Amino acid sequence: MVKITIDGKQYEVENNLTIIQAARESKIHIPHFCWHPKLTVSGNCRVCLVEVEKMPKLVIACSTQVADGMIVHTNSEKVIKAQNAVLEFILINHPLDCPICDEAGECKLQDYAYKYSVGESRFEFDKVRKPKRVELGPNVMLDTERCIMCSRCIRFCDEIAKKPQLTFTQRGDHVELTTFPGECLDNPYSMNVIDLCPVGALTSRDFRFKARVWEMSSTDTICVGCSRGCNIKMWVRNNEILRLTPRMNPQVNDYWMCDYGRLNTFKHVNAANRIKAPMIRKEGKLVEVGWDEAIAKVSSELKAYKKPEIAAIGSAFSSNEDNYLFVKLMGILGVKKLDIMPHIKTGDQDELLIREDKTPNMVGTREVGVKPDSNEFGFSSIMNDIRHGKVRALYVLDDDIAADPNIAEALIKIDFLVVHASNENETVKLADVVLASSSYAEKHGTFTNFQGKVQRNRPAVATLDHDRILDGMELSRLDKFGSHNDRWTQGIKRDTRATWRIVNMLATAIGIRWRYNTCEEVFNEIAAAIPAFKGLSYLKIGTNGALLNLKKKSVTVKD
Amino acid sequence: MEKQKPIIHRKDLRWYEQFYIPQIIAGMKITLTQVFRPKFTRQYPEVKWQPPPSFRGRPVLVEQNGVERCVACGLCSRVCPALAIEVQASETELSKERYPVKFEINMLRCIFCSFCEEVCPEEAIVMSQDFELTFTRQEDGIFGKDKLLTPLDKLKDRLEFLRKMR
Ligand code: SF4
Ligand code: SF4
Ligand code: SF4
Ligand code: SF4
Repeated sequence: MVKITIDGKQYEVENNLTIIQAARESKIHIPHFCWHPKLTVSGNCRVCLVEVEKMPKLVIACSTQVADGMIVHTNSEKVIKAQNAVLEFILINHPLDCPICDEAGECKLQDYAYKYSVGESRFEFDKVRKPKRVELGPNVMLDTERCIMCSRCIRFCDEIAKKPQLTFTQRGDHVELTTFPGECLDNPYSMNVIDLCPVGALTSRDFRFKARVWEMSSTDTICVGCSRGCNIKMWVRNNEILRLTPRMNPQVNDYWMCDYGRLNTFKHVNAANRIKAPMIRKEGKLVEVGWDEAIAKVSSELKAYKKPEIAAIGSAFSSNEDNYLFVKLMGILGVKKLDIMPHIKTGDQDELLIREDKTPNMVGTREVGVKPDSNEFGFSSIMNDIRHGKVRALYVLDDDIAADPNIAEALIKIDFLVVHASNENETVKLADVVLASSSYAEKHGTFTNFQGKVQRNRPAVATLDHDRILDGMELSRLDKFGSHNDRWTQGIKRDTRATWRIVNMLATAIGIRWRYNTCEEVFNEIAAAIPAFKGLSYLKIGTNGALLNLKKKSVTVKD
Repeated sequence: MEKQKPIIHRKDLRWYEQFYIPQIIAGMKITLTQVFRPKFTRQYPEVKWQPPPSFRGRPVLVEQNGVERCVACGLCSRVCPALAIEVQASETELSKERYPVKFEINMLRCIFCSFCEEVCPEEAIVMSQDFELTFTRQEDGIFGKDKLLTPLDKLKDRLEFLRKMR
C-alpha cells in the first residue's frame, strides 16, 4: 500500500496501480478514450494527462504507476489547458456528424467536448476525408473519418477475442483503421468493439439508424442465448426491443457478450409468428380462445388420462419459478414421467463466454426438481413410451421439442398435447392446446447459469399482464408522457402470461388452492423449500446475481 | 389584527342622469362618426392575411431538389416541449446517409414555440406562414411527410429572416 494525494485528498492504494486506476477506486474521474480496465494500456489518446508534483512535464495517468508520497492534480490550470488542447487536436479532423451518427447521446467525444473543451474551433481548413460506410464485417459498420485512433478495437480483437483482425495503416492525420488483407471483422465477439469504440466510428449494422439512444428505455436483464447468461441491458422503444448491449458483471461476462446472443435472442419477441392468445384445436385447426376456456380444456383433459399415461417435459429455457411450479403441479397430479430436452451443441464452446449448452437455465431446472426419478422416466424413454402408445397425453413447457423430426414423428401418436409457447413452432403445429406464454423479455424470473449463479431477468416489454407503469417497468420519456392519441404509444401488447402464472391458473382450475400473486412469492417458496436456493431472495440476487449453495448438492459444475 | 377594508359606496345618479338621454346622444355620435371613418375589417376567408416572416405558423419540412433536407437526427423531436414530433430514421444512398422514412408532427400537441426550428442542425424544419389548421378528427391532427414537405421557394422569406436573426 502507498499513500498518494489526489486533488488535495490523501488516499491509500495498492502499489501496483496506475494513477487512473487509483483515481477510479477513489471515485475521481480522469477523462480517457483509449484506456479500458480490461485492455492493455496503449496511452495514445493523451486526454488523461495529469500534473504530478516534482515531475517536469504532465504525465498520462493511464500508464504512470503510483508511488508513495505522490501528489497528483487532475484539475489544475495546467491540466485543464492540456485537456483543452488534446480535445481541440482530436476535433481538428473529426467530422460534424453528430446528427447522422448512431453514437450521439452516448459518445465519449461529445461528452468530453462539452466538459473539457473550450467549445470553439480555431481550425479553418478542410478536414481530411476518409472512407465512410465501410462494412468492416457482417455486423459492424466503420466510418473511418470518425475514428480517433484510440486502438481499443484493435486491442480487443488481439487480446480478448484472440483474433487479430484489425490494424492501422498510414501515418499522421491519414491514419486509417482497416482489416488485415483478406480478413474481415467476423470473430464471434466482433460487436463488442461497437461498445468499446468511444466515438461512432464503429456502429452496429443491425441497429443502424433504428432509434436515438435517448428514446429508449433500458432494462437490466440477462441473455438467454446459452448457459453463460451474460448480463445485458435491453433497449426498448414503443414496446419493441431494438438492441441488446452487455452489462458489466465481473463474475459472469465482464464487459462482453457474443454476437450470437446480441443478435438472435430478442427478435422473436416482436416477430410476426408470435402467439397472441391461447389456442385450442377445433376440427383440426387451432383457433384462438379465451384463457378460461383453454385452461378448462387442459384441466378436464388431464383428468381423463391415467397417471402413467401422462408425461411432462419441463424447459431449460424457462425460469426457475416456471419449472418449480410445473414440477409441483405434476407432483400433485402424480405424473412421474418428467424430464427436459437437452440442447447441447457439441464443440460450440470457447474460453471466453460461449457455452455448448444452449439453454439459459439447465442447472436451475434440474435443481428445482425437473429430473426423472429413474432412467425409465427420462426423456428418451418418454419418447419410446409415446411411440409404443404407453404415454397418450404430453405436457410440454416452453421448448420446441418437435424441431427434431424424429420426435415430431413420435408426437403424432399423442392423443392430447398441451404446449406452452411464445412463438409458432413445430411443436405448436402438433398441439391440441397452446398456452400463450410470455417470452423472457416480458416477465420476471430467475435463471441459474452453468456456474450456479442465480440471476434475474426483468420484463422490458409490456403485455396485457404486465403494465409498464403499474408494474414499475423501466420507462423512457416517451412512455412517461405518451397519451392515447400518440402513435408512439401504440406498440402491440399481447395477451400472454408468464409460464408460472399459467401453471398457477391450471392448478386453480384443477382445484388446488395456490396463492401466488407474484413471481417473487414463488421464488421465496423455492428458497424455503430447496436447499440449494437457501437464503436467496430477489433482493440478494440484485443486479449481479448470487451463487447457489452447491457444496453438498449433486449438480456438477465444470469450469 | 387585520385592518378593516374601507367600504366604497357608489353615488346615486343625479336627477338628469336618470333620463339617459344625454348618454344615448353621446353614443349615437360615436356610431355616426365611425360610419365615415376608413374600414379595418378583413373579409376572411375571402380576403386572406399574409403574415410577416417573423410569424410562427405550423412547422414544415424544407424540400430541396426533391428531397427533404432533414437527416432524421431526432433533435427537434427531443427538444419539442410538447412531444409533438416523431421521427423514424432510415438509410439512404444519398451522401447524407440518413433520412426520415417517417416524420410526423402531432398538431394537437404543437404549441408553435419554434424550438424545433431553432435546434435543427440542417435548417430542415421551419415555421411556415400557414395558420389555417382545422380538422374534425384527432387522427387528422397528425401531419405526415405528405403535409409537411414544402418546397424551398415557398420558405425563402422565413429562411432569410432566420439568417438575419442569427
Ligand atoms: S474505430 Fe473506434 S475503437 Fe477503433 S481505434 Fe477508432 S475510435 Fe478507437
Ligand atoms: S455467451 Fe451465451 S449468454 Fe453470453 S451473449 Fe452469448 S449467447 Fe448470450
Ligand atoms: S413548434 Fe414547438 S411545439 Fe411545435 S413541433 Fe416545434 S418544438 Fe414542438
Ligand atoms: S432537427 Fe432537423 S434534421 Fe434533425 S430530425 Fe428534426 S428536422 Fe430533421
